Amino acid sequence: MRLSKEETDELLRQIGLTEDQEIDCDQCLALVAEFAEQEACGARVRAALEAVRQHLAICGECQEEYAALCLTLDNAETKPNG
Amino acid sequence: MPRSNEQWVSRLKARQDTTLIELRGILIRNLGKALVRHSHVDEGLIEDMVQDSVMRILDRLDQFEGNSQFVTWATSIAIRVAMGELRRRRWKDVSLSQILPDANTTFAGTVDSAPPPERILMRQSMVQAMYEAMEKCLSERQRTALLAELKGMPLDEIAQRMGSNRNAIYKLTHDARKKLRTGLEAAGYTAEDINESTSEVIA
Repeated sequence: MRLSKEETDELLRQIGLTEDQEIDCDQCLALVAEFAEQEACGARVRAALEAVRQHLAICGECQEEYAALCLTLDNAETKPNG
Repeated sequence: MPRSNEQWVSRLKARQDTTLIELRGILIRNLGKALVRHSHVDEGLIEDMVQDSVMRILDRLDQFEGNSQFVTWATSIAIRVAMGELRRRRWKDVSLSQILPDANTTFAGTVDSAPPPERILMRQSMVQAMYEAMEKCLSERQRTALLAELKGMPLDEIAQRMGSNRNAIYKLTHDARKKLRTGLEAAGYTAEDINESTSEVIA
């Protein structure tokens, strides 16, 4: 089995980011709307949401979904108050 | 006038038609924005995705904690439904054995040419230690899931082929990463070594 240089780099990157405790994809989904609104406002996210940031750095699918959610946040219906 | 979160939830729990219609309209607009880079997604597909999304949202109303705007939360669910469908379509004809033809054979490293020699040696020995940990410390399921993810297969699709679900596959690969980290630590590499290695090589 041969991993490409890019795949090896990615695996090493993920190992370097690995935490003993991580949230899973459903836990990320439960928190990502709040995280996206806070990030869009430039607000400092509460501590519990740092786990979302860590999950997004590892999970490509959740990162893709988060990026798509951010594209909707200039919409009046999703714009956070304040 | 925008609805409050409480109004959204109470009216959707009552299955109020006007609120359901309004939610569908918002989700259609938002999915249109969210999927703007997916040029093959037409209005009919978006409407189908929204239909599925509304059902999922109604099922999960009790899980909404009110820490965001209701519409942002609902949109995040719709995006998960939509992206899941797009990934299913993209990967429907790809099997694990196609992307991992030799997952259980010995791993072989690659050699970088750009960094200076001492970096090459450091990286080669680190990669070798990682490969040894992959062979010695990971179960076959962990190795398969981790490698399939590295090859670009989405977690949902790996899960479907392994008779599991996305969360369980994430947990499987998380445990695998922890074992590999432990293996690298046992070989004398710190997290700092690993991070420096990847930043140097990627740059």
